[in-house]
Parts: sequence; structure tokens; C-alpha cells
Amino acid sequence: MADDVIGKSIPRIDGLDKVTGSAIYTADMKLPGMLYARMLLSPHAHAKIVSINTDRARSLPGVKAVLTGAELPYRVGLYMIDKPILASEKVRYFGEPVAAVAAVSEDIAHEAVGLIEVEYEILEPVLDAKKALEPDAPLVHEQLHTYECVKGVFCPMGGTNIANRFQLRKGDTEDGFKQCHKIVENEFYAPQVQHVPLETHSSIAHWKPTGNIQIWTSAQSPFAVRNLLSVALGISHARIRVIIPYLGGAFGGKAGIHLEPLVALLSKAAGFKPVKVTATRTEEFITLPCRQGLHARIKTGVSREGRILAQEIEYIWDAGAYADYGVNIGRASGYSGAGPYDIDNVKLDSYTVYTSKPFGTAYRGFGHVELFWAIESQMDMVARELEMDPVDFRMKNLLDVGSTTVTGEKITKHTGSVRKCLEAVAKEIGWAKDARPAKETNGKIRAKGIAVLHKAPAMPPNTASGAIIKFNEDTTVDVLVSGVDYGQGTATSLSQIAAHALKLPFEKIHFIWAKDTDYNPYDWQTVASRLTVMGGLCILRAAEDAIDQIKTTASGALGVDKEELDVDDGRVFVKGDKATGLDYKNVIMGYMFPNGNSIGGPVIGRGSYVAEGLTNLDLETGQGLPALCWTYGAHAVEIEVDTRTGEIEVTQLVSAFDVGRIINEALCRGQVIGGGVQGVGTALIEQYVYDGEGHLLSDSLTDYKIPTVRDVPHEMKQIFVETPHDKGPLGARGVAEHPMISVPPAIANALFNGTGKRIKALPLSPENVFLALHEDSKKP
Amino acid sequence: MQIVTLKVNGESISVPVEDNWSLLRVLREELALTGTKEGCGMGECGACTVLLDGVPINSCLVLAREMDGREIRTIEGEAPQGELSNLQQAFLDNGAIQCGFCTAGMLMSARGLLMRNPDPTEEEVTEAICGNLCRCTGYKPIVAAVLDAATREKQHGR
Repeated sequence: MADDVIGKSIPRIDGLDKVTGSAIYTADMKLPGMLYARMLLSPHAHAKIVSINTDRARSLPGVKAVLTGAELPYRVGLYMIDKPILASEKVRYFGEPVAAVAAVSEDIAHEAVGLIEVEYEILEPVLDAKKALEPDAPLVHEQLHTYECVKGVFCPMGGTNIANRFQLRKGDTEDGFKQCHKIVENEFYAPQVQHVPLETHSSIAHWKPTGNIQIWTSAQSPFAVRNLLSVALGISHARIRVIIPYLGGAFGGKAGIHLEPLVALLSKAAGFKPVKVTATRTEEFITLPCRQGLHARIKTGVSREGRILAQEIEYIWDAGAYADYGVNIGRASGYSGAGPYDIDNVKLDSYTVYTSKPFGTAYRGFGHVELFWAIESQMDMVARELEMDPVDFRMKNLLDVGSTTVTGEKITKHTGSVRKCLEAVAKEIGWAKDARPAKETNGKIRAKGIAVLHKAPAMPPNTASGAIIKFNEDTTVDVLVSGVDYGQGTATSLSQIAAHALKLPFEKIHFIWAKDTDYNPYDWQTVASRLTVMGGLCILRAAEDAIDQIKTTASGALGVDKEELDVDDGRVFVKGDKATGLDYKNVIMGYMFPNGNSIGGPVIGRGSYVAEGLTNLDLETGQGLPALCWTYGAHAVEIEVDTRTGEIEVTQLVSAFDVGRIINEALCRGQVIGGGVQGVGTALIEQYVYDGEGHLLSDSLTDYKIPTVRDVPHEMKQIFVETPHDKGPLGARGVAEHPMISVPPAIANALFNGTGKRIKALPLSPENVFLALHEDSKKP
Repeated sequence: MQIVTLKVNGESISVPVEDNWSLLRVLREELALTGTKEGCGMGECGACTVLLDGVPINSCLVLAREMDGREIRTIEGEAPQGELSNLQQAFLDNGAIQCGFCTAGMLMSARGLLMRNPDPTEEEVTEAICGNLCRCTGYKPIVAAVLDAATREKQHGR
């Protein structure tokens, strides 16, 4: 048997292209005759477009097309079809594209945009999601009641700013609260933040005179781009080809569809010339999507012994101007939103609310970074109220085998163990129940904090993937799936699964890197930490199919029943007798008998998978089965806070995840380290800041900081628990998003443990921490 | 337009440039050296880092017209014959790459460091790459890779 590659830290297969600079990203591409696009952006957060005059722009030499919203009667969207390609009639956020130009050079396009004259009538912006719920709040979408969305799943409320209302009812909270020894209620806030991929959004489209459209784009999901474009423009899927070259970071911000429709329509308007747009860093901040903000209110009732008896949760999501993706974040954070706790009585309402700000979309964790900020801060606060140790309190309440989730799902021995994760991080950080109050040394205080987390892929219940395995003449194997590897390393781990399943050396696997809807099998989207699981299952099935074909041909060649055959090391042979058989190379393109007669043919394995057993959720109670597989985890941190400056340094970050089974350990660690540091960014420094009129002030890397090498926790440790998942490939679960979740509350809990100060609004910036530490001295 | 002569990765190249063109633009658009990336165009992210006479600089902040006679080294010069340098190999072996968009800039900052200081401390590595943003890796594997490369290069050269 060939050495099994599962679990091995094989270096990523794309590494060579990347260290030599030969990896080509969309932003690097240039086509013959290509034009360059620039957008005119709204200078207002909310305004009526009274008139647009493009005459001067059109007459500038070198300009080949100018488009305005009035010429584009289309709306696009994944879950909620609410987003125009260019604003028409009114603008809904500062930075929204109002018009676009395609010209022979970027400089001319830029100049032409400056010649477009727009007259606006300024409207009152809605800058606070809670105020957007008030009856007299201005409406962001007057026509909400006419928008299409996924029926039976989302509940937009026409005539309000509520894009979706999700509700969940388990047990009887009113009765539950009556039984409680203590009730603790708190409000928390997480501001909008940004993905900040190093590669900004970039798209090239070529609308050909034949009516076919070819697109190269920095997107996470080639088939979603194709589908949404097809639906929006009413063009057959077969006429649209989407290609994803190398992709420079995404984190959810390149899921769904973004600049692709605009460049496609510019290409058509410019006489079928290819058109490229690459967002500037400023556009990345103000025009392209961010992560939604969250206002959370949590009321928790506990018994004297520390059992949570009832919990009431309200999530108000600041969706920004569009909620094409945001409605599903509201839904996912609803069914997942009580955390990995066993609670009999839960009432949860999650509202996705339009405001006059840049729109939110998926971002690593899909709402869970935000909701766990609230839940895991609250759990520590409840524990302290009970004078209980926060680890002990959680252990009393965490889900266990036999527990029932808030949607009615039974936890089994295959589900994974959050308890083991918490135990592991508490042990590793040296958690002490009776830790004495931290001592201040030179104005600095050290303290520890913990938090747990869970997440399952948030996706429609019929989400599907496919894989194709094609043998080449020399017994190397082409593996095709359509999930995109934008850094996670999935291409490498899926190649390992293919090598394992085909019983071939890893070097034989040729993973087809570029994604092309003309050649690759369907895949819904590369999101939700679902690719290792769903892509992996498809590859296992495709490998099984390929091996079956090999055995069928070999059976005819050897005159032996198929069931009597086995495969290993690139050979098909009679079970127990490796010598009696054939090398793959004599079978995989068909077998030829000595007389020239041939049987079989090229081996092409096919694997398909649709998420099995999931249900839509009851619209009144939220009951049902939404989750393909849960990944549990926990973080423990040690911080040092400088009481003189409010600066927090994370001295240790210990993380544990129940990954089911490790496919590639180094890549797994890479996800946990990278995600952990991204979580530190959300925790300590990142936020969108506006002026009073809704202009985004943090619109560059000067004013919006992300962690540098200096902000990394001094020590980081990754622990993997392996409770095999019965539905995952070889037992594996996804772990791409999870490392970022619950880093912020672990730090806030440490801050409280060290200083007695509780901060309930992110970020834990030096300013906010300093003000919290010195709030007493501020008072007159 | 004026003609400047650059020495890029050891080769002399004369190229016409406009007054307002950055070195980055000339490398990417005129010389098709797209290994060097643009992440912000404002000197904040370090993705466009190249070596100018051996010193790492943000090529988006330098005017091409002022580069006449100067020596530029880009990622494409790190493995000219296709054989990886120890630094590149260390990036591969230490998991220092994810999406790859910051990688060229990181490698150039690290190369600049190793050229002036073949035996850097962890703090010196940190200092050398603190102007290069990476959103994927969490930096730790990158620091480990540069230290690993220094050890390898002391033993085996580049």
C-alpha cells in the first residue's frame, strides 16, 4: 500500500507559482484591445438623483462607453435581489457607483468620470440600525415589498427597513425566566469592519458579438457569478463563461457577485471590446462590501447551580444599503445564535436592517464573529454574577452527546465536542479557578480569558458540488472541482484526498487550478468552510467511480469477476495476489488484447454531492435541520494591558478545534494562525468610522489599520481535537472561518479579569480601553 | 515622455515613461513584470516592494523618471534560472504563503534584510517586514521562514 498522505503536511501545490511571481491574478491580466473602466461614486449617503449629464464625458477622445443606472434596468442578488448595477433614481450609500466609463486608458476613464455632472437632492440618511427600526425612519428601499427573494426562507417586511426577520422559539422563555435565580441582561455592539484582501476586486468581461460573455474575475464562486448574471440579465447559462485565475484573498468579500455585471455591460456598450475594472483601495473600502454591524441584546436566566434556564436574544444587523447576502447572515446567526449551549427555553429574533451605509456581506465567520462577541462576553458576565468560574459555568451548560440544539437537532457522538476544546485550551493556558486579582507592574496588567464557539456551513439545504477525475495516459490524474483556493490550501488537501482514494502517490495528482465554468463541474460557492467537506465527498465518490471503471475493464481483460479485484499502488489485481493483475497504464485508456481487440476506454470518474438531510426552518419557530456539520472550538488568551495607554498586547493565544480528522496539519495550522490574527484585528483595532452625514472616514489603509507583524500574539498554539464526523470525507470538518470567531470576547474577558472593566462595544482600541479604565476619574 | 534606462534583474532596459508614472506602473504595465503587486498605490501595504540598489522600497511611491541608471530587483529576479533561492524554499516549507498576493513584496523585504544582515534576529526580521501587510497567514510562518532562510543561506549561500 502506498504511504497514506492523509494528515501529512504536504506543502501547498500553488506555492511554487506564488514564490516565483508567476501566479497570474485577474489584476495582472491584459487582453488585446482591452478598455479600462472607472466608476463615478456617490458623494452622499442618501440622495435622489435628479439628473445626470454625461455629454462631456462621452465626447472626450478615447471614451468608448458611458453607462448610468437609468440604462441598466437590472437588479442582482444572491438571496435577496435588491441591488442595482448602478444606482438609479437614488443613491443609498456614500461610495455607491452612479455611472461608469470605459476608455482606452485608465487615465482617460478617470478624466471622463470627472466630466459627468450629477444633480442630487439630498435625503436624510439612516445611519443607525436601531433608529432605522423606528416607525418614522426614512426608508432605504421604498420598493422592498416588490423585491424577489428566496421564498419560504426569508421574510422581508415591506414598508419598513427590515430586509429579513428571523425568529426562533424553543420551549417557553416566559416560564423559564420565572424559575431563575438570577437574570442578567446586556447589550453589545460590533461595528462594521472590512475584509481587506490584499488584492482588491478586479474583473474583466468580454461581451462578444455572438452574444457570448467571457469573464475573468477575482471571485470566490465562478458558478454563482454565472448564475446571478444569467438571472439578472436573462441570458442563458451556456452563453456565459466565468474563469477564476489566482485570487488574492477573499474572506467572503468576493462571494456572490460584484463588479462583473458592470464590466460585462460596459463591454457590450463599448462595441464588444473587453473591459477591465480594478477597484482602488479607496473603492474597496467605500464601494465594495464590508461586514455588517451588530447590535445585540441578550437576557440570560440561570438557576442557583449555574444552569441556563432561559435566554432571550435580539440581534439587529446593520446591513447597510443592500442585503442580498446580509439576509442570510441574519438567518444563520439566528439558528446558531445562542452558542453551543444546551438551553431548554430560547427566544431569538434576528433582524437584518437596511441603513444608508456600505453594504455588508459574508465575512469569515458569517455573522458568528459578531454574535459570539455578544454571547461569550455575556457568558462571562453571567458567570461572574453567579460568582462562578467562567470555565466551570460553561462546562455546566455546553452541548453534549444527547443534547438538543436550539433548532431541535440532536447532538450525537459524531457531532464533535466543544467541551474537549474548552478543556484543552484551559489546560494549555494554565487556567486557574482561584486566580488572584492581577497585579499591576509598571502600569501593565496581565490576565487571561477564554471563549468557545461553533459554526456550521450557512447555505441553502440543497447546496451541491461536483468533481471529475480524469486519468491521463501516464496514469497521472486530473482532478476538477470548482471550489476556489484563495489561500486556504483546499486544493492541496483535496489533492491528498484524491491520492488517498485512488491509492496513488500524491505526485500523480494534477489538481486543475484555474476554475472555468466551461470545463469544470458545478459547485455552488466557495464559502462557509464547506469545500473540504463537500468537495472532499465528491472526490471520494469520483474516485470510487473511476476505480469501478478500472475494475470493469480489468475484469474483462483478466477474465475475473470485478468483485474479485483490488487496487493499490497503481495496479489492479486479484485480491491477495498482486502479481496477477495489470498496471493502471494498461487499463486507464482501455485494455488491448494481444490480437488488437480492445475494451473499456478512458477512465473518467464522476462524483456528485448535495447536502443531505437538511431542511428549511419553520418561519415561526426556527425549528429544523440547517447544519451539515458543526465545527466547535475554543480560545484562551493571555493579554497585557498598559493602563497608561489603554494598549492591549496579546501575549498568548491558544486555540482548539474539533476538526474531525486532519487532512493536512500544516495547512490546518495556517488557517488557525491566520484566522486568529484576523480575530485580533477585529478585537483591537478595526472599525468603520463615519461623519454625521454618513461619509466613511476610514477609507484607506492609513485610516483603517489591519494587524501588522507587530500586532501578532507573542505565542500561538493550535490544538486539534479529532472526533470523526460521520458525514465528512474521512471524518473531516471545515475549519477555515472558525479561528477568527470568539477571539474578541476572549480578549474582553481577559481585560475584565485583569482590570474589572467590561467593554461591550468593539473594538478594544487603546482609546476605548483607556476611557474604560479611567471612567471614574472622568466624572466631575 | 522621456526614456529612462533601468537595470532590472541584471538586464538593462530602456523604456519611455510619462512624468507621473510610478516605477510600479512601469514594471507591471510596460515591462510585464506582474509578479510585483499593487495593493493600495499609496505606500501603505508593501505589496509592491522591490529592491532599489539593494534597498527595499515601495515601488508605487517612486517616480519612474527618476530611476535612470538605477538597479531594480523584483521577484522575477529571485529565481532567474528557475532554481528557487533558499528564501523562496523556506517560504514554501514554513507555510509562509496563502493567497500569495503579499508574497512577492514580503520576499523582497526579506531579501533586502538578508543582503545587509545575513544573520538577523527575530526582532530584526519583524522590523524588516512590518511595512508589508498580509491578511492571510498571521505573519508567524513568514517570520519563521525568513529566519530559516538565513540559517540555510549561511550554510549553503543563496
